[in-house]
Amino acid sequence: MKLATLKSQRTITLVTMALGNQTLALPTAYLREILDPLPATRVPGAGPFVPQVVNVRGAVVPQANLKVAFGIAADSIDPSLTEDRRRILVLELQIDGENAMVAIEADAVHEVATIETERLEMVPAAASEWPPEYLTGLYKGQDGFVLLPDLPAIFAAQVARPVVA
Amino acid sequence: MTDDMTAVFREELRDLLDSLERGLLDLTSNPDDPSLINQVFRDLHTVKGSGAMFGFTELAAFIHNFETFFENVRSGKLKITAEIIRLSLAARDQIPGLVDGTPDPEGQRDAILAAVAALMPGAAPAVTTETDAAGRSDTEYEDESDVLSVALAASQATNRLTFRFAGDALGLGAQPEIILDELRGLGATGIVASVDDVPTLDALPVDQCMFAWSMDIPASVTEAQIEDVFIFAEADWSIEAPADADDDASGYDFNLDDFAAPSAPVVAQAQAPAPVAPTPAPTVPAPQAAVASKPAAAADHPNAAQAAQAATIRVAAERLDALMDSVGELVIVEARLTELARQSRDSALITTAEQITRLAAGLRDATMTMRMVPMRSLVARFRRLVMDLSASLGKPVTFSVLGEDTELDKTVIEKLADPLVHILRNALDHGMETIAERQTAGKSQNGVVELSAEHSGAEVLIRVRDDGRGMDPERIRAKAIALGMISADATLTQQQILSLVFEAGFSTASSVTELSGRGVGMDVVRRTIESLRGQIEIDSTIGKGTTVTLRLPLTLAIIEGLLIEVAGEKYTLPMASVHEIVELPAEKSVAKRGGDFLDIRGSFVPFLRLRQLFDCQGEHTTEQNVVIVQSGTARVGIVVDRIVGTNQTVIKQMSKLHSSVRAVSGATILGDGSVALILDVGHLITTGRVSPTETNKEAAA
Amino acid sequence: MNLVGMDDMTKTVLTVDDSPSVRRMIAMTLEEAGYRVIEAVDGNDGLEKATTNSVDAIITDQNMPGLDGLGFIRALRKTPNGKGVPIVVLSTDSQEDLKAQAREAGALGWMVKPFTQDKLLAVIRKVLG
Repeated sequence: MKLATLKSQRTITLVTMALGNQTLALPTAYLREILDPLPATRVPGAGPFVPQVVNVRGAVVPQANLKVAFGIAADSIDPSLTEDRRRILVLELQIDGENAMVAIEADAVHEVATIETERLEMVPAAASEWPPEYLTGLYKGQDGFVLLPDLPAIFAAQVARPVVA
Repeated sequence: MTDDMTAVFREELRDLLDSLERGLLDLTSNPDDPSLINQVFRDLHTVKGSGAMFGFTELAAFIHNFETFFENVRSGKLKITAEIIRLSLAARDQIPGLVDGTPDPEGQRDAILAAVAALMPGAAPAVTTETDAAGRSDTEYEDESDVLSVALAASQATNRLTFRFAGDALGLGAQPEIILDELRGLGATGIVASVDDVPTLDALPVDQCMFAWSMDIPASVTEAQIEDVFIFAEADWSIEAPADADDDASGYDFNLDDFAAPSAPVVAQAQAPAPVAPTPAPTVPAPQAAVASKPAAAADHPNAAQAAQAATIRVAAERLDALMDSVGELVIVEARLTELARQSRDSALITTAEQITRLAAGLRDATMTMRMVPMRSLVARFRRLVMDLSASLGKPVTFSVLGEDTELDKTVIEKLADPLVHILRNALDHGMETIAERQTAGKSQNGVVELSAEHSGAEVLIRVRDDGRGMDPERIRAKAIALGMISADATLTQQQILSLVFEAGFSTASSVTELSGRGVGMDVVRRTIESLRGQIEIDSTIGKGTTVTLRLPLTLAIIEGLLIEVAGEKYTLPMASVHEIVELPAEKSVAKRGGDFLDIRGSFVPFLRLRQLFDCQGEHTTEQNVVIVQSGTARVGIVVDRIVGTNQTVIKQMSKLHSSVRAVSGATILGDGSVALILDVGHLITTGRVSPTETNKEAAA
Repeated sequence: MNLVGMDDMTKTVLTVDDSPSVRRMIAMTLEEAGYRVIEAVDGNDGLEKATTNSVDAIITDQNMPGLDGLGFIRALRKTPNGKGVPIVVLSTDSQEDLKAQAREAGALGWMVKPFTQDKLLAVIRKVLG
């Protein structure tokens, strides 16, 4: 998803969430539901980014940890602060050309907000601490920058992960 | 005619076209097989007949000549030739267009019709009239009425109508009350039954009607109208002018069959009534009826096998899918119920849960069986493909199909089509030599391509074999090195080298042809097969040919699973692959370096430790079990902490995000709502055999 | 005749045809007209259904795989209860050929394909009342 595509609309509705000490925003168009954490099943050998699957209403859905994609340290926030606020966001989006469900972990879910797309900015190419290919853009929120992850790009990279067997 | 009916017709037409194509292609190799000729004839006949029923008159007219041709073949007047097969296939291809109303600007249809007409010397005139009949939607007997209505000019008075059923009319189901009702509808009055001919009881034929009826009928009623009343009920009837001339007994005895004749004689009779016997002798049944009561020929005895095959209904695929989904949900809820019942210790609840379990299993099995489709449904298009390719490449081949009746889940069948097309194309395009090359190699001019399918345990093996030039491992290796896929000094087995063609971006075709070798190919094939939880293998000998083998699971939906536990995590193994379960001998309980084998009654079976393979934390505490799994002839042991039990496993596909995880083929939801992964036995076996224990960790990735 | 039907006034018609679309058309037309319809896919199936169900009339196609229409009629007429049920044969053959064959086999009526729904109803009323 490119920034220019988003800017073709005047506004965009986003759900903002905490991931460690970072705030992320996802288009609500992807969002199916927000759930309390579910018992997850580890997938051996799946790697740290999508290490588990969960049962979402009878569907087996992979659960991803975006902290891995963005290099956000697991301990960048005191776990006790978020203990009761952890959620999983169930998203539906195109993965490798097919509609697919995926759950992502959030340390907290803040709000759903509609913002003007003109507030969205490109990620500065230089001096970015985040992988630029994984970000659609960012905007300035109340407590600093809010990142818009490019989820299709992130998941496409995961699909392309080579088979090691 | 509703859209619903037309939709049914279109669906039927698809099957008919498949059957027709298959029949025509089979005829190329067995041109004199009467059952094939019959099948083709019947398919054409049904396309024409049903097409006309549903208003596709153009289609009906188009098919007619072909039907006639095959009818002539059936009766031995004409022979099957390559030309008629070619034309019939071309005609078959026109049918969808005719149904959809696609125009034919190039006049292909006319050209086909002209060509087939040329093959039928002398048949043309009859054909033309019959084509008309096939296309007409009005009724025959109404036409006849038009002709016959001139027969009896109406006079004003009433006539006396007398009739009696002829022969076995009652046995055929004619009902006097219906006839009488109809005649009343025409204005008949004064209906009198005559018992004059009823014999004494001992001589009474029980299946014949000995009554005669007579009545006054308005003279305005035409003979055609009366004929219409008796159209089905075979009866001798006569109509008399008012019985003033009492001794004359004049009347007409119209046997129904007379109406088949041109109307002229009838008119003549009406003008010059000839005296006839008032009632025909009842003891002489009509000859037709006599024949009807004769025993049928032995050949007409119902054939049990055909009856079994015929007793089918068609169900839309999505309904089956919906049913399967529901059964899947049911099985999961049933597992949950069983779990709750177990916890409750309520014996009534436990009993009920057990009943539900049994019912769910029965429903599951029935549903699965419904989804099984024979390979045959796929094969027709392959024959066509091979025939066309063979012609366009100038490489004559004999294509044979074995095991067409092998059944697979319909989802598997659907997804198999593209990979098989690709493999067959490869076989012809790359595998098969040119005629010249084959001659030089001392091979027969006709190449051999064989598609076979067979059951093997819980799998179906599908093979495509050709006797072509085979694959050159050195060339593949060189290319793989050039493409940077392997290093120049890599040591690979022949099998591993051949498997390189399944890697993305690999294509052995030095020149890209229209058919295959587009660089996308075998990797897509492998991906598709793996997405079906199947495996693909390739075997080839230079100069002798290549065999590609697909191993596919029987079903994708629900399997019987063996639930196992390792370090608190539960996994499922397909029960069909489980050969036996043994205890891990104490001396093997600690992992050691180097090959680990179990001695299972004298044969050495390599084994894998799931704890190690899956990088589990902690140490096992109890005695471990080894589940011996088998695929083909290969066996491997899998060391687990605990056997939980068997369960119905509703297979859920893993996300593409986990496509790199080869050790897992799917997932299922357990009774407590948690997810258990289904282990890929084929992969575990490969892992276990390549190098037991040492490479376990990498293999899990 | 219909002893087991829920409504004794409802007449049951067996349609025997290997073409699902023709069967469907017949069934829908007759059901709309208030008949009960049983379907069979060929002569053998027809024979089984005709002998295991109480049917008031039968409409059968002629050209079918396995046992054809006329063969089916002949076989049915030999069975203990096979007499007296009106049978109508469908065929694309011309009127005269068909009539002779149908009669010979033991059919009461015949109908040339293609036919309209109205024609079908007219014919079935003619044999069933």
